Amino acid sequence: MSTTGTRLALALGGRVEPRPRAVREQRGIARRVLPPLIFGLLVLALWQGYVALSGVGEAIVPSPVEVARALVRDRSLLLSSAGTTVAEILLGYALAIVVGVALATAVSSSRLIERAVYPWLVVSQMIPIPALAPVVVLWTGFDIRPKLIVIALVSFFPIAVNTIDGLRATDPELVGLLRTLGAGRREIFRIARLPNALPYVFSGLRVAAAFAVIGAVFAEWAGTSSGGLGYLILSYSDQTLTADVFAVVAVLAVLGVALFAAVGLLERVLVPWWALEEE
Amino acid sequence: MKLSASRLAKGYPGGVEAVADVSIELGEGEFVSIVGPSGCGKSTLLAMLAGLLEPTAGGISVDGREPSGGLLGRIGYMPQRDLLMEWRTTLDNATVGLELAGVGRAAARERARAEVGRFGLAGFEDRRPSALSGGMRQRAALLRTFLAGREVLLLDEPFGALDALTREAMREWLLGVWEADRKTILLVTHDVEEAVFLSDRVYVMSGRPGRMRTEVTVALPRPRALELTATPEFAALKESLLTPLREQARASLGAA
Repeated sequence: MSTTGTRLALALGGRVEPRPRAVREQRGIARRVLPPLIFGLLVLALWQGYVALSGVGEAIVPSPVEVARALVRDRSLLLSSAGTTVAEILLGYALAIVVGVALATAVSSSRLIERAVYPWLVVSQMIPIPALAPVVVLWTGFDIRPKLIVIALVSFFPIAVNTIDGLRATDPELVGLLRTLGAGRREIFRIARLPNALPYVFSGLRVAAAFAVIGAVFAEWAGTSSGGLGYLILSYSDQTLTADVFAVVAVLAVLGVALFAAVGLLERVLVPWWALEEE
Repeated sequence: MKLSASRLAKGYPGGVEAVADVSIELGEGEFVSIVGPSGCGKSTLLAMLAGLLEPTAGGISVDGREPSGGLLGRIGYMPQRDLLMEWRTTLDNATVGLELAGVGRAAARERARAEVGRFGLAGFEDRRPSALSGGMRQRAALLRTFLAGREVLLLDEPFGALDALTREAMREWLLGVWEADRKTILLVTHDVEEAVFLSDRVYVMSGRPGRMRTEVTVALPRPRALELTATPEFAALKESLLTPLREQARASLGAA
């Protein structure tokens, strides 16, 4: 309500109702969702116009409308493949979290381990994972295991690095204070280091969520035939069904965004003091 | 419990000397202050007394003996910054010392709840530190220090970051708390009025490296109220502390 309106209401002896919470929240969501939505639609419109006006073939650049048609046409296959890929992503991501946090805890627990291990963590990121994926399959077999390993390899790094930073960032004066209260290393870890690291861990988790989706596609490209969206991409692009390839990519993007959002939601629950500060 | 330090020194590699040849005595239930210019090694001295820093020379004794197993966990220590943990509520920040002493969560919270009124935190038990005012944060940090149950408390400029009026109110309040509990307190401050108002004795430190210059006994009657600060006796005691401090300030300006 405007100031004038408020004054008017007061002058007339009426009560000024605060704006209902639900309305405020709706406006908040609108402010967050509308700009990217409008921008996305604008890009799609330009894309559609380009395809229509330039006369480029649908097999080279399919128009958004054509991709939408493919989405509808392939819906049952897309859905079942997405089920396979989602399972891989969730399990691989979980493995990445376990490995990343465990490595970070080990690295931050001793200078010697840090010096010995940290450089190798960085080196592990120089491995071209798509090239390595078939070898992993060779080692572990044609089931879900190589996929989980590839996904974890691609996505553990941001989790590990951010967690290490978070564990290190604990205020040394707070550590000193806890020591005067009789705290040992383990108690300092539980009371100060771990909660202090949580916001950092979640930054890593968000980046890793995007990596995990890409990792799943790499893993499925490694020549196993158990389906999944990555496998579907290969099969469609062999048949130059470009619009269908784009449809798969769109589904992958939705999966990535959904995982990213879920991590954000979990963060609000587990790290409420951080979410409060951001507001 | 009596705490005494004799001929303490702390130097760092490279020849920097923070504290040189400092001796200090704290009697049971005594309120003692140290005043000195900033950078005179007051915080270093407290960290040594708390067991966080190893002195390069001299020794610290508790009840006349060198403590076996060190000082950590035996002396109450409140650093300059409140160091409240944002991931804990006010109450859970206050109970951290009890928690580390092995007291169960429910029992610890109950003991803290019994004190929140006296520490001016009633109604804020379940709020996060960011919701507290500066004075409340300091009182929450003091509550954490008091609840840990040590007989000797080292307070490093607990009111340094507060505005003048809040400081004054906090002094009177701290005096009330001390008179009820009779803990041994060593307070570090750069505020001469604060030192005289609160203490039985005041040490004056000089800077770089920190040394004890003089020691003044404050023979003012207790209990004390803020009106005391307007008396001539109070003014004379303040002056006796300010004179050596001013000399130092001039000397350091001349040397610069």
